[in-house]
Amino acid sequence: MADYHWPPADKRFLIGKSFTRLDGPAKSSGRAKYAYDINRRGMLYGKMVLSPHAHAKVKSIDTAAAERMPGVRAVLVMFEPGKEVLWAGQEIVALAADTEDQARDAARAVKIDYEVLPHLVSDVTPEKAGAGRTSAGSEAKEGDPDAAMAAADVKVEGTYGAGIITHCCLEAHGQVTEWEADKLTMWASSQNVTGIAGEMSKALSIPASNVRTITQYMGGGFGSKFGADPWGPACANLSKKAGRPVKMMLERDQELIEAGARPSIYAKVRLGAKKDGTLVAWDSESWGTSGPQGGGNPPIPYVMRAPNRRTKHTAVLTNTGPGRAWRAPNHPQSCVITMCALDDLAAAIPMDPLDFFLKNIEFTGERGKSYHEELLKAADMIEWKKKWRPRSTQDSGPVKRGLGLSIHTWGGGGHQSNATCTIHPDGSVEINIGSQDLGTGTRTIIALVAGETFGLPLSAITVNIGDSRYPASGASGGSTTVGGVSASTRRAATNALNELLAKVAPYLDAKPDDLEAAEGMVRVAQNPGRAMTWSQACAKLGAAPISAAGQRSLDLISSGVGGAQMAEVTVDTETGIVHIEEIVAVQDCGLVLNQKTAESQVFGALIMGVTYALYEEKLMDEQTGLCLNPDMEFYKLAGLADIGKFRVHMMTGPGYDERGVIGLGEPPVVSPGAAISNAVANAIGVRVPTIPITPAKVLAALEGAASTGRA
Amino acid sequence: MSDERDPASRDPLGGTSSPPEIEEREDAKGFSRRSFLKGAGITVSAGVIAAEGLLETATATAADSKVVGPGPVAITLKINGKEHSLEVEPRVTLLDALRDRLDITGAKKVCDRGTCGACTVMMGGKAVYSCSVLAIAAQNSEITTIEGLAAEGQLSPVSEAFVEHDAQQCGFCTPGFVMAVTAYLKQHPNPTYEEVTQGLGGNLCRCGTYMGVREAALDAAKRLSGGRA
Repeated sequence: MADYHWPPADKRFLIGKSFTRLDGPAKSSGRAKYAYDINRRGMLYGKMVLSPHAHAKVKSIDTAAAERMPGVRAVLVMFEPGKEVLWAGQEIVALAADTEDQARDAARAVKIDYEVLPHLVSDVTPEKAGAGRTSAGSEAKEGDPDAAMAAADVKVEGTYGAGIITHCCLEAHGQVTEWEADKLTMWASSQNVTGIAGEMSKALSIPASNVRTITQYMGGGFGSKFGADPWGPACANLSKKAGRPVKMMLERDQELIEAGARPSIYAKVRLGAKKDGTLVAWDSESWGTSGPQGGGNPPIPYVMRAPNRRTKHTAVLTNTGPGRAWRAPNHPQSCVITMCALDDLAAAIPMDPLDFFLKNIEFTGERGKSYHEELLKAADMIEWKKKWRPRSTQDSGPVKRGLGLSIHTWGGGGHQSNATCTIHPDGSVEINIGSQDLGTGTRTIIALVAGETFGLPLSAITVNIGDSRYPASGASGGSTTVGGVSASTRRAATNALNELLAKVAPYLDAKPDDLEAAEGMVRVAQNPGRAMTWSQACAKLGAAPISAAGQRSLDLISSGVGGAQMAEVTVDTETGIVHIEEIVAVQDCGLVLNQKTAESQVFGALIMGVTYALYEEKLMDEQTGLCLNPDMEFYKLAGLADIGKFRVHMMTGPGYDERGVIGLGEPPVVSPGAAISNAVANAIGVRVPTIPITPAKVLAALEGAASTGRA
Repeated sequence: MSDERDPASRDPLGGTSSPPEIEEREDAKGFSRRSFLKGAGITVSAGVIAAEGLLETATATAADSKVVGPGPVAITLKINGKEHSLEVEPRVTLLDALRDRLDITGAKKVCDRGTCGACTVMMGGKAVYSCSVLAIAAQNSEITTIEGLAAEGQLSPVSEAFVEHDAQQCGFCTPGFVMAVTAYLKQHPNPTYEEVTQGLGGNLCRCGTYMGVREAALDAAKRLSGGRA
């Protein structure tokens, strides 16, 4: 009998090796069909009219002229007159027309009367925001921060933070909806195929069994595509009214204005250490905005928790678009605040930050040993000890070089996941799971786990995912997908295999317990000569395939990972331009299933990290209340020439593998902002307090330091 | 970031440069750059004008030049070696014509204004942003989309290199990148690491696949030159 546990290292034949992704050919040949690519017979194009005011009361909505525009087939009011809109971008009207251009023309003909109200869109402190514009977050205290701070040999104080960024998914949010009598099919760009089916049924008041949602491919979500959103039901309603399928994808500016934002977080930090580098106290007051709805409590201090500490957080309520989960919610911002403050403390002692972090590693908690190993590994890769110099010892000349480091954590675990595995009499194998592949390699992982279980190559497994008709399986968020689907697949496949072994055992004159499936054979484990091929074994099933279910179980997965990253940058002190020379990333995530796609996840996270560290920021205009850069010219993403050299090392083997599978999507995106900021501070001798580190901020920091005689 | 494609290339500061250049040498057969821009000016504002009932005036003033639209115009596009006849309003971009009228969806719509490169196709063997070319102006050109690089079920050497080097995650930028690399390698069959880094600056990825893209481009160059490089 096969058991569920992951095989030991010497028995793995697929797990941990490198495989190209199964859907790679479909994507790189342009044949993969995303929601945006679905074209149905008679399909209309939907557009939404958004509020152009950040805060206003909608007095009246007049769609009469729009309804008479050429090609218009359905108009839907999405917002109740008399209510207040709280951000520019609130959806007011949706309509559908024969062509996209006609829908755009008609959207311009909608007349909405607003009573404009005062707004706040600037990213300000709670004091500046004023009464009624804040909401108290958590306050916590441990030990005696005041006494510890008073007794500290070295104290520093600073303000650090990260502004608002958007998700900027390349495939905009949206969907195609089609009715057949009272049954709805929705092709959506979604991270949550199973979940949005239920959401749609509720919003439309139809039985959940009448809704089918499909996401075969999706062009980026990063935490912003969990819900059906206002436009999901609106699209279905337009479709119903018009009696035609409707495609409604957000325009690029709408995507950047309303479909995703990572909240800002800032903090005033005071912290102290002993002369020997021992961290003794942390005191911080943090704030930030997630738009009109407040925001969560950031995990500050992050990872490295001083023994005596006080923290207080306040959310600022503004009229910017609402925040959404952005890859590792709250972590990158908290990481910048904490790691930059610690780096400044190390510089004030003065001490090499690597030595400082190693000395205080116990404050990272139970995973201190891993962090220790990871820091040493990263230092070795980037030659830290050879290259690092104190802030004040730069060569002359305008271009300065610097090194910075950061550590991070994430949970992971596995989402609720159900899988079915079918073994057909002809030997073919199918796995069905409702979850979707965001581009992380989920399809490939599922085939790999099933292949490992059956002793078959990946190519022998058919993976069916991304459809609410398949067994319910969780949203892809929080790095929980790989844990969820690998566990459910393993259990479904093992259950199916055990049924097969029971059928086949008599033909091999053995007990099912004595059999194994390996190397394309079903054989007696202790006597591999007594064997039949996989096809021969499956042929014994006669006409009826085996179908077995499996559910995510906690014994196959784990939670809680760490990583260390180090960056080397050069900064031109005349232009303020930061150039990434190299970033090294050392990461643990338990049992690595596919080495190739695991490394791709980390590389991708580093590139996203460079982007948020140096380039991207959602800029709001206080005068008009509008976003100033809702496009891809001025909302800047890093290009190929901006990224520098990257190296990745995955921690695997004893101490890591036996923890089981843990997700990798979030953790490596947490540290780049802090590591890069610390490298810039090391290079120019002064802190650029907030990310993104734009040339203007670099020059301002240098100027500020020059005027106070610090650099 | 620099980029070597002809139309709508990015300037060194990362902004968009001049409007798409429709090749002057095609004067005899199609639209000159000047008439294209003039036509585009009229048609771009057609929606607004129509809404205000001033359309006739606008049409009348432009009557002395070759004016089409604003209603649908019959055009023929030669795509992947096959001729397609369709009717589009003059304001319809090549990208929308491909995706919405012909169901050729490999080229993706992302920024829709010549910044990100997801819509890259080839016209006359050169990479263009199809969101920044009008369909009516793409007549008389040999248009190649990613679907035309290899038969269904097969992969071009560039696509193959993208798979091998995992130069894709969500994959939404991938077809544009594959087309950009294909066109780039036609001009630079044996590029260096540094040249590839600079030469593919006209395409953006959000998942962060540039490491693989760079490796794929270098490897594809070798595949295309039969191992000569």
